Amino acid sequence: MTSADSRLDRLRGSTPPLSHTARTVAALTANPGCARRALMDAAGADKAVIAAHVGFPQASGASQSPFALARGAIFETQVKTGGGADLIRLLRDRLRLALPEVSYSDLESVGGNTDRDVRYQRTRALLLRAARHPDQAGTLYDHPLLKLQVGGHLAYLEPDVVAFQIGGKFHVIEIKSFAVIDGQADEESVAAAAMQAAAYILALQDLLTAESLPTGAVSTDAILVTPENFSRQATATFIDVRKQVSTLRRQLARMTRIDLLLDALPAGLTFDLAPEPDGNPSRSPGDLAGALEAVPARYQPRCLQTCELAGFCRDEARAAGALTVLGSVVRDDLGGLDSISTALALASGSREPSADQADIARALRHARNLSNTLSGGAA
Amino acid sequence: MTLLTSLARLEAAASGRARPLSQVRHRRLAGQPLVIIPLTLAGDPDTPVAAMTGTSRADQHLLAVPQPRDRDLRLGFLTGLAQIVLGYIASRQHATEVLPATRNHEERRRYADAPQILVPNRAARDYLGLLGRSTRFQRTDGPFPVDPAVPALGKWLTFFADSADQPGSALLADLTSLLAEHWASGQSPLEDASLAAQLAWIDPPPGMTGLQAALATEDPLRCPPAGPATDPGFDQAILEPLVRNYDRAAQAGSQAGTDRAAAEITSALRGQLEPTWNAVGDAMSLLRALPETAGAARRWATDRDSFTRFSSYIGDGGLPQPRRDHAATAAARLDRLERAQAAYDAERALEDPFILAELRTAGEAFAGEVVSAQPSRTTTTTAGRTILRPRFTVRTDDPVRIEPGRVLICPTRPGQRIRIADLPRTGTDAEVVLEVIQGMGTPAKPKPGAVPPLGELVSYTIDPGYWAQRDFPPVDQTPWTHGGPPVRQRADQAEEPQS
Repeated sequence: MTSADSRLDRLRGSTPPLSHTARTVAALTANPGCARRALMDAAGADKAVIAAHVGFPQASGASQSPFALARGAIFETQVKTGGGADLIRLLRDRLRLALPEVSYSDLESVGGNTDRDVRYQRTRALLLRAARHPDQAGTLYDHPLLKLQVGGHLAYLEPDVVAFQIGGKFHVIEIKSFAVIDGQADEESVAAAAMQAAAYILALQDLLTAESLPTGAVSTDAILVTPENFSRQATATFIDVRKQVSTLRRQLARMTRIDLLLDALPAGLTFDLAPEPDGNPSRSPGDLAGALEAVPARYQPRCLQTCELAGFCRDEARAAGALTVLGSVVRDDLGGLDSISTALALASGSREPSADQADIARALRHARNLSNTLSGGAA
Repeated sequence: MTLLTSLARLEAAASGRARPLSQVRHRRLAGQPLVIIPLTLAGDPDTPVAAMTGTSRADQHLLAVPQPRDRDLRLGFLTGLAQIVLGYIASRQHATEVLPATRNHEERRRYADAPQILVPNRAARDYLGLLGRSTRFQRTDGPFPVDPAVPALGKWLTFFADSADQPGSALLADLTSLLAEHWASGQSPLEDASLAAQLAWIDPPPGMTGLQAALATEDPLRCPPAGPATDPGFDQAILEPLVRNYDRAAQAGSQAGTDRAAAEITSALRGQLEPTWNAVGDAMSLLRALPETAGAARRWATDRDSFTRFSSYIGDGGLPQPRRDHAATAAARLDRLERAQAAYDAERALEDPFILAELRTAGEAFAGEVVSAQPSRTTTTTAGRTILRPRFTVRTDDPVRIEPGRVLICPTRPGQRIRIADLPRTGTDAEVVLEVIQGMGTPAKPKPGAVPPLGELVSYTIDPGYWAQRDFPPVDQTPWTHGGPPVRQRADQAEEPQS
């Protein structure tokens, strides 16, 4: 165990680290500049529980509706029925992949054993064998369990994908239940699916690299299988995720340099909830909030959609009068300023601008004069 | 956003209350708009669960689907919604007015009124378009026939969704966008997507700041989200168990049981929708209190024109709109939208001091005092004719970013065109030398008042010019770059019925 590892363990405290899924790995690319988030994710701290304990429980909007989950499960089962027969037909018809006779191998358990390490070893053995003997291709691997280096730890990627090899290349198939209507789908859903596929592709590439096999054997065109229009009929689309793969790789590389962030922390800092035997946290909320505040965050309104801790950080940013709570447009309009009160003081003229604030101060004073004239007040 | 709006957001955040922006309304609010608040299952475009509709605050009607996965129940819902929407449209098709012939147009009739659909937020607006897409191709014959009202609803909803892309159109509008034109909240635009949160900033309950009131709306138990996706917590705790009760009763063949379960589901959905219904009513009252501009009436007339055209298209048995525009149609549509946007921007600048002020902060308009004038200045044309070209100078501290030579217009002298002759700058102030090039009269008969007197405060903005409609080749001569002449309309090919 490296020293960074033990420091991260201390930071997290007595609870076991959260396991990463492709979804959480993909979420790492949002707001990469936030040290608080980077450290908590690297340590595997449970941000949702911590947020609730310091008084910012997530609204239920963050959880998934049972209807959405059911729809996803039904669609996935339907696509995979008959040993993936429908899936193979889809790949042949829609993507014109010249698939030979295909066998189907479910890696969700190995001989009834669902232990993750056993599954990982089996996945690894099968995929490596396929990579070394591309001529014997022709297997759909369902639920392949892969590992990815996340913040110094090897994390298992709980799979909801199918992998297969054709023409010496591995492909990753994501089955998603959002509809593609007239060839168009919800942009955010597609972006999220692409990022998750990228996490698997990255893990596959790493698996091959570790065995000195070329990473080029993994296709960076992910295959997205979704319902078409308003029917339950599936359709398949290639999506090019080269950009997502490199974004994710860059972000993960940055997380391995986590010791720089760790060095900046006060000694003894921890996000430990100190759970009682019954699981309830015994740490005082005020104390925990103080520990969170010791690590700088970079709140932006988008965090509300991606980070469990966003409610806490928004409150902190509001209390500090940070401009960022008003969104990126305001921040860009007032380039260079970061506090609401500074901007207002420059606008009213009650604060002398520094040399680099002269331009924005003049523009703000002008805007304020206009605004006063509009509301009929004196300048 | 401009600096003026950004500044207003800062002030709102600091004071705890939304700040007013534009104080005139550029879009018509119909006397009896049809409010539709749709609810649908998360992640599934084809499972509407409910819609609350009505044309006044007291007249509220709830349509609910007890089991959204049941095709017959879904169709029952769509037929019900179709009757409401089509009935409302028919009620706007009574009175007509006659427009006399002009040089370019023959005499024509148009409806004196038009329908207006209001929804709580942008997502609901998009959802109505999606509902239009899912219903307009449904067949009234074949193995799974639907009520003819359903595809008719689809065509109309598609018409409304397309109109909503037209700048300034009021046929379909969402209230969060309308409110955001008139008030700046002290939160981010992302958080403004919630109608309840926006209203909380504009009119917080007594004893609360806008921020406190807005945060309170984030609790889905106290303030169910406006949709169109249902709240996942509600799905989990309430709706899903109730739907299971319904399924059990249906399997047992118990009519009384399904009725009871359906009634429970309806009442739960009413609880989810009613707060938004009230919020929509509050938002409309706020917007009604703002005076409407003359431009709003003009644009409403344009809306009535397109309503009249589409009514006769449907009356002639018009086919459903194609799934995707042909390249040539798309190019013409883009041209139309661009011209509408330019016209909308220019008209608002002349009618709304706030929009003019926004342009001034961006340097695309300026205002100042007239400091000198040569009202009888003349110049000689290349043909040797002497013409009147009065000049005057305006001093302004606005950051003018208009290059000399540009033609300008003035809100108080709308018939006039002005050109910037010279723009010398002294420090932050500028002295703009302006020349009247249209609307000044002749040397013998100068038009009185064409040149503003010394000391008058004047303002000018860029003349958008007249954007002539582009000449597009006839459809059967569409160039290959745009797909060539269309082979044959394929919009009549209906979709496979859904299970």
